[in-house]
Amino acid sequence: MSSDVAIRCEGLSKRYRIGQQERYKALRDVIADTAAAPFRRLRSIVRSGNSANGNGSEIRNPQSASRNSHIWALDDVSFEVKRGEVVGIIGRNGAGKSTLLKILSRITKPTKGSAEIHGRVGSLLEVGTGFHPELTGRENIYLNGAILGMRKAEIDRQFDEIVAFAEVERFVDTPVKRYSSGMHVRLAFAVAAHLQPEILLIDEVLAVGDAAFQKKCLGKMGNVAREGRTVLFVSHNMQAMSQLADRCILLADGQTRFDGHTAQAVALYLGNETNAGAPLGQYTAPKEKVGNHISWARVHTSGAPGIHHWGGPISFEFGLRIVDPQESLCFAFNVRNSFHYNACYFWLFDSETKFGREPGTFILKCEVPKFRLYMGRYSLTAWLSERRGDTYFEIIRDICPFEVSMKNMPRDEYNWIPELSTYLEDGSWAPVRRVS
Amino acid sequence: MSSAQSEIQNPQLERVAEALPVFFIKPEQGLISLGLRELWEYRELLYFLVWRDIKVRYKQTVLGAAWAVIQPVFMMVVFSLFFGRLARVPSDGIPYPIFVYCALLPWQLFAHALTESSNSLVANERLITKVYFPRLLVPVSSILGGLVDFVIAFVILLLMMAWYGVRPTWAIAALPGFILLAMASALGVGLWLSALNVRYRDVRYTIGFLIQFWLLTTPVAYPSSLIPGRWRALYGLNPMAGVVEGFRWALLGKSEGPDALLTVSVVVVILILIGGLYYFRRMEAEFADVV
Repeated sequence: MSSDVAIRCEGLSKRYRIGQQERYKALRDVIADTAAAPFRRLRSIVRSGNSANGNGSEIRNPQSASRNSHIWALDDVSFEVKRGEVVGIIGRNGAGKSTLLKILSRITKPTKGSAEIHGRVGSLLEVGTGFHPELTGRENIYLNGAILGMRKAEIDRQFDEIVAFAEVERFVDTPVKRYSSGMHVRLAFAVAAHLQPEILLIDEVLAVGDAAFQKKCLGKMGNVAREGRTVLFVSHNMQAMSQLADRCILLADGQTRFDGHTAQAVALYLGNETNAGAPLGQYTAPKEKVGNHISWARVHTSGAPGIHHWGGPISFEFGLRIVDPQESLCFAFNVRNSFHYNACYFWLFDSETKFGREPGTFILKCEVPKFRLYMGRYSLTAWLSERRGDTYFEIIRDICPFEVSMKNMPRDEYNWIPELSTYLEDGSWAPVRRVS
Repeated sequence: MSSAQSEIQNPQLERVAEALPVFFIKPEQGLISLGLRELWEYRELLYFLVWRDIKVRYKQTVLGAAWAVIQPVFMMVVFSLFFGRLARVPSDGIPYPIFVYCALLPWQLFAHALTESSNSLVANERLITKVYFPRLLVPVSSILGGLVDFVIAFVILLLMMAWYGVRPTWAIAALPGFILLAMASALGVGLWLSALNVRYRDVRYTIGFLIQFWLLTTPVAYPSSLIPGRWRALYGLNPMAGVVEGFRWALLGKSEGPDALLTVSVVVVILILIGGLYYFRRMEAEFADVV
């Protein structure tokens, strides 16, 4: 019955000593510490004696206190992954995602708890582990493959495919140190992508390469999943997460906060991350802002404040405070969906309409007669920059949250379901003809 | 019910599942196994790590593999001049240059292996923190790379033997055993030092000193016959004394052959090696956290 389980974790916990973050010690320091210990004790006794007379503070020796403190990077995490399941792991930095993968790939041992893994594990915690710059592409494919756990025969068989996937055919016999960083990453991912264990553990590898290559990797990962392999992967790319994983585990402070449907996990995660209390459709800069900055922003939606009806007119209005006039200012903003994926982009150069050549407050208004983004939650990310010097004055993310609803476009036969598309295009069907 | 269904859908996948290896991940406790079987399963990775070290060693060097010869030959020249010619150190009736070169070969193999293995874990930090494999592969592979240099330098020894008219005896068959002994000594000590080096980085500063000290206590520049007979067995506590004497016996055939000194050396190496293996395995769990 349990044969369809690939991974089972029970109460996995990992404790790190805070002091361990200073990494290694020098033997010299250990000796010096041991020798100095009696004096330190003496001093602290003297000091606590003094302070007892004085204000009676409780601070004994903050240094030694912090040295003994521990942090639970992973705290009692239990879950089960079935064979062929693709599970995403999300959470902020330091939530314990990487520690979890490290334990499951046997790089480090848990402090408490246990895990059971059925099948060979391939772990991809970093792209290009063990690549040697002096070796050629060919040599590195073999070396890296072996490090990731592939047999030589397996690499031989897939060699041409790996080279083709990485698009480095012409450079297989060039030392990797002469590769561009893009080629380097592509080759590294190509090797990893051809790893064929029963269980794959992947840490944030989609964050590499150019957009086209990322897409290719995503496709490859999708294939891996369809082949019935078990995949556990960590990513900050929520779009990729919802494309690849049906199930998601949300970690926070080393504990499982949520384990279930990806859409819910993502919503919970992003909800926590962005300022949930941000007023709908508007933004006002904090009073302490100085220099050239965006002093306020409004989204004028077609429905109630913060609610836009699909296909209606919408306008985006920004107040720019210019203190330090510039010749070549540029203002731009993105509309992002709830997966932090950029859906539309709008921009304005000072060379077209002057707004930055003298001090003052300028109002920029962008009107869109038919705003057709699909239903869902959106927010704005705005930039104010100077093009010549490549200076960013301001980037403000995730402001003016608003929602697009389909209420004015009911479909009686089928209800609108989330994530059906990014936007709906105007289109009309020609009359249907019967041809036979 | 559900498992029966999946069997119908994909009988092949189901059968594969029976053969899947199962790994248990638990905190380390109790007696540790040495995990030698796992080492064997990863032999291909061992091969690739050694291959990498050898390939990389002489890339972007002008003299390339000549370095393997230059070092022992220069040492031999200096030793022959100062110890052989000027200080008139005895050499058991063997021409001094070949006497010292024959000892320098295993010595260089040992010194190189010891240095490389002691630094190996720290040098391969990226691998250790990102991929799992039996950690023992790291020091072991770093030792094997030195064999190539040894073989190259050995050719010079053969030429010298021909030049001096030294004819090898059947004892040469024992040579692989002495090579193994030299490498086992280096590995034994290297295991201790590499694991310590992960924790305490100043270990690496002691290695240079250790090797100098060790060279002086090893009969490279002088014959072990200088040691008074009753101390001879005790001298075997330095395993390299056994190795060097063994080399001279196997190749030049002049000294007496295996005796109490060698026995002590072999026992010492076995003890250091087993102790090193256990210490290494015990520390292994925290390498990735500390390195």
